[in-house]
Amino acid sequence: MGAPLIGARVERKEDYRFLTGAGQYTDDVTLPHQTHAAFVRSPHGHAKIKSVNTARAKAAPGVLAVYTGEDIAAAKLGGLPCGWLITDVNGQPMKEPPHPVLAQGKVRYVGDQVAVVVAETQDQARDAAELVQVDYEPLPAVADGRLARAKGAPQLHEIAPDNTCYVWALGDKAAVDAAFAKAAHVTKLDFVNNRLIPNAIEPRAANGAFSRADDSYTLYVANQNPHVERLLMTAFVMGLPEHKVRVVAGDVGGGFGSKIYLYAEDVVVTWAAKQINRPVKWTADRSESYVSDAHGRDHHTIAELALDKDGKFLAMRVKTTANVGAYLSTFASCVPTILYATLLAGQYTTPLIHCEVTAVFTNTAPVDAYRGAGRPEATYVVERLVETAAREMKIDPAEIRRKNFIRSFPYQTPVALLYDTGNYDATMDAAQKLGDVAGYAARKKASEAKGKLRGMGYAAYIEACGIAPSAVAGSLGARAGLFEAGEIRVHPTGSVTVFTGSHSHGQGHETTFAQVVADRLGMPIENVDIVHGDTSKILFGMGTYGSRSIAVGGTAIVKALDKIIAKGKKIAAHLLEASESDIEYANGEFKVAGTDKKKMFGEVAFAAYVPHNYPHDKLEPGLNENAFYDPSNFTFPAGTYVCEVEIDPETGTTKIERWTAVDDFGKIINPMIVEGQVHGGLAQGIGQALTEGAKYDSTGQLVTGSFMDYCIPRADDVPSFQVDTRETPCTHNPLGVKGCGEAGAIGAPAALINAITDALGVKDIPMPATPQTVWRALQQKKAA
Amino acid sequence: MAVKVSMKVNGKAVSGEVEERTLLVTFIREQLRLTGTHVGCDTAQCGACTVHMNGKAVKSCSMLAMQAEGADLLTIEGLAKPDGTLHPMQAAFKEHHGLQCGFCTPGMVMNAVDFAKRHPNASEQDVREALDGNLCRCTGYHNIVKSIMAGSRAMAAAK
Amino acid sequence: MHAFHYHRPSNVNDAAALAAKNAEAKILAGGQSLVQAMKLRLAAPSDVVDLGQIKELAGIKVDGKTVTIGAMTRHAEVAGSAEVKKAIPALAALAGMIGDRQVRNMGTLGGALANSDPAADYPAAVLGLNATITTTKGTHAADKFFKGLYETALKPGEIITAVSFPIPKRAAYTKFKNPASRFAIVGVFVADTGAGVRVAVTGAGPCALRLAEMEKALAAKFAPESVASLKVKADGLNSDLHASAEYRAHLITVMAKRAVEAALK
Repeated sequence: MGAPLIGARVERKEDYRFLTGAGQYTDDVTLPHQTHAAFVRSPHGHAKIKSVNTARAKAAPGVLAVYTGEDIAAAKLGGLPCGWLITDVNGQPMKEPPHPVLAQGKVRYVGDQVAVVVAETQDQARDAAELVQVDYEPLPAVADGRLARAKGAPQLHEIAPDNTCYVWALGDKAAVDAAFAKAAHVTKLDFVNNRLIPNAIEPRAANGAFSRADDSYTLYVANQNPHVERLLMTAFVMGLPEHKVRVVAGDVGGGFGSKIYLYAEDVVVTWAAKQINRPVKWTADRSESYVSDAHGRDHHTIAELALDKDGKFLAMRVKTTANVGAYLSTFASCVPTILYATLLAGQYTTPLIHCEVTAVFTNTAPVDAYRGAGRPEATYVVERLVETAAREMKIDPAEIRRKNFIRSFPYQTPVALLYDTGNYDATMDAAQKLGDVAGYAARKKASEAKGKLRGMGYAAYIEACGIAPSAVAGSLGARAGLFEAGEIRVHPTGSVTVFTGSHSHGQGHETTFAQVVADRLGMPIENVDIVHGDTSKILFGMGTYGSRSIAVGGTAIVKALDKIIAKGKKIAAHLLEASESDIEYANGEFKVAGTDKKKMFGEVAFAAYVPHNYPHDKLEPGLNENAFYDPSNFTFPAGTYVCEVEIDPETGTTKIERWTAVDDFGKIINPMIVEGQVHGGLAQGIGQALTEGAKYDSTGQLVTGSFMDYCIPRADDVPSFQVDTRETPCTHNPLGVKGCGEAGAIGAPAALINAITDALGVKDIPMPATPQTVWRALQQKKAA
Repeated sequence: MAVKVSMKVNGKAVSGEVEERTLLVTFIREQLRLTGTHVGCDTAQCGACTVHMNGKAVKSCSMLAMQAEGADLLTIEGLAKPDGTLHPMQAAFKEHHGLQCGFCTPGMVMNAVDFAKRHPNASEQDVREALDGNLCRCTGYHNIVKSIMAGSRAMAAAK
Repeated sequence: MHAFHYHRPSNVNDAAALAAKNAEAKILAGGQSLVQAMKLRLAAPSDVVDLGQIKELAGIKVDGKTVTIGAMTRHAEVAGSAEVKKAIPALAALAGMIGDRQVRNMGTLGGALANSDPAADYPAAVLGLNATITTTKGTHAADKFFKGLYETALKPGEIITAVSFPIPKRAAYTKFKNPASRFAIVGVFVADTGAGVRVAVTGAGPCALRLAEMEKALAAKFAPESVASLKVKADGLNSDLHASAEYRAHLITVMAKRAVEAALK
């Protein structure tokens, strides 16, 4: 037995192939007789399709087929489904407009797919795509969510009057209003949570194949949840028997939510493969990704916090308009509701909270979960309100938080969630120390001496992840379960292959899950391999998003391990001629308690597969167990971020001078990987607050259509981070883990905007706080 | 129109037939089947396509294959030793968790190797600026910078 | 991109002849602009003439008064040249700010000038230093070269072969980068030439342009204070998502001031 694996900075097993160019991403796969697809997409934000003429395209060199919405309709394919049914304030189901695989009759956003060309080469497909003649009748468009319900706004869907998908609410409005009426102080903010484009560096790709021999399909796709993809595609869109479709999500170059969904392109290449009896491959261009990947965020919110004269939070009142885009994407409906409003208690004892959300359709790309999915939006509301209230009431921003921290657990929030455990003082204390808040005043003086403005901002975030208890999710509208599955296959010679329904697209599960398994079984980590991403190998899985993999996927694996060890004990008892209750398992050995009599794990495994001396009357041979785990609650990572900025008032440029993050993720399996997740999340949160913003003009044109205009952070845009952790183990899973993938993106925007507004001495500033935005705020302040 | 192009790639002479419009990255990925060099964007920003041409880091998506006629190319697949031993920069990325999904990694490593060769005493700020042409969405760059500083030291020590 | 005929001449005369023969031909220098434009299907030339094998078009020569740089000299070479750093450090520094290091290994001076992107860096240096552009058909003075948006004085088929930069007394270039594209939102090149002061700005208008008021003020006194309070008019300046004309006008003053400070160091 080597050094303990839990809590160890184990180098990653997956790295060798990535570092040597041996990864197998979807575009790397070329199948025999491969053909290529290119999509024809709407250049208009809103238009009637008067006709689609494919004759010239069909006659172009190398073209094998051209399909349009008519072909899809004739094939009776279903529309793309939404997986979460939200019930509105009147008890009515949300409006679910049809979402055709290829547009029929109308296009509703720039990028909406109208036709597909399949050809021998990618160049031929693209050349021919330009020859597809679509006669559009442009219609007026509405791109801004705030204008979608205005009188006279263009209507996107017949079934959704006023472009409204739903009006939803949570909380006791009357009680909240009453608390506001009596409050000593009310802080109010009116802001936008800016639309973001996930931009994983690997563009989306899908390669569909069909075999006439057994009527089966294979879809290689850059996706975060292959079983979900298969289920949605077979059951809801293509009407295929599920067992006839294999989905392979091999190496995936980042997802951040954007690769969860069942996209039209995935369906089209699979369906087209059968039509032409050859595999069909599509890989997005980056500019194509910009208009066809699901976008994130895009809320307009008016938020208020009521406090007593000492700064105790009495109530919170939030009204949000959420832009869901032109169609409902797979999870779109739950992001601005269930994943948002339920986090509005934050780390605080605020007793009364009301949140109303209106989800609207606009002529923009569909919006769905993107790293944090609802929780960054909620944290932004809470932490901007809290910090602003502190400034208005002249209370120290850390003190006002401490005054209101929850300290008794489990804690039932007024917004449905029950926090199991936490220690918000611990992370706040540690962050203030690590961030040398005590030395801030001197650093501020030094900045001012140089003619620069310095500011500091906090965000004390909490989030709900490890999604989710299926029954709870179902009661809230989920149309799927949210358990996870894991299978442990012990081989005759004692090594182990683990099949997990979780998916790894950067999170390092091949390493952390192996650490868990090797630790529990008491074997070297080299003896354990983790397999994910292929529906033909893996029993089932709901996939990776919502920071759920270690908490839910990891626990499923642990439960399967428990079964392995339980069976191993039975076998060992037989081999050692002892009673099963006397067998202990530790460090790779089954031992008779209080004696030296033992069998190694490998011996027990071998006995299971060569069962000559074996309790056949009681036990089957073999050593292979699986488990399905449905969590009893969400998990609640929480922490404190402290951000310090220095602003050049002449240009409005913000430099992040210092970033401190102390998170409580419960028990930590691999601190190196956890730190990496925090760094990455912080960079995306910094991107939201400082550099990123997807902009549509009023006709629905995406103005920020490429990396030339949409700025994701580069290495010199972000600082090095100071990160640390504190642990309050999760009370309801055996590993005590909470998950860490999204925290950085959740807490960072509020901390950064708090710091910038502090530096500028202004109440609020829109995101992204670009140099021009900051400079304008300073000019406005001067003029006032 | 098909035209012939010849060059050296990872020490081996190669040639193929391409269209004039074939990009170098497409030639590398599709004809040579060296799929470690990646395409992440179409505006030459992301750097996932970075290879070495005649000893210098270049973006293979921003070149025609024809422009590499007679050139000496090194891709990520050619960086480790023939027996599989990682180049010090690759080893540094592994040690310091400089990659997560791995998609930007080949371009990141190839640029880092070229940079470290020319600037063995670079500061953290120098490294961050040297990565202007490489985008990463996963790591937040913190560990990439650490990896490059360490890889650079290891490369200098190995000389 | 669309298909085209590719040519790889071995000398400048053949290149010029090919360019003259095909009206829709484009010259391929480093390809960092052209290949990108063709990939996005914004450019679709019938013929591409690759200058990459013409060795005599690359090179740096410094005599007493002039730095002459061949049109196919890569930005990285200019940025790293000990001679250029000694003679005109601002020019080496500017070359080192173009794009990123991979782009600098391919991009060329000739290509950048012929393309004349409104936010490219080199035009500010050419205009700021009063350089002379030599082509296959003659020479162009800097003041007559940049005409408008992507428009230069080059005639169809005319190929830049070299650029001669007079060595100034002192000069500097400051650039405020578009955070996304890293092109110049505003880039100001200030040169105290010995025969007057020149202030050239890129990124602000359809092409590089000079700021007469600042030149006059700096000629009177070459100090940051001379330009710090000069307001540039916003009318006619570029305006986009990242910088309004008003903000750009303000940045010009700030960048000019900082360029003078840098030149004085």
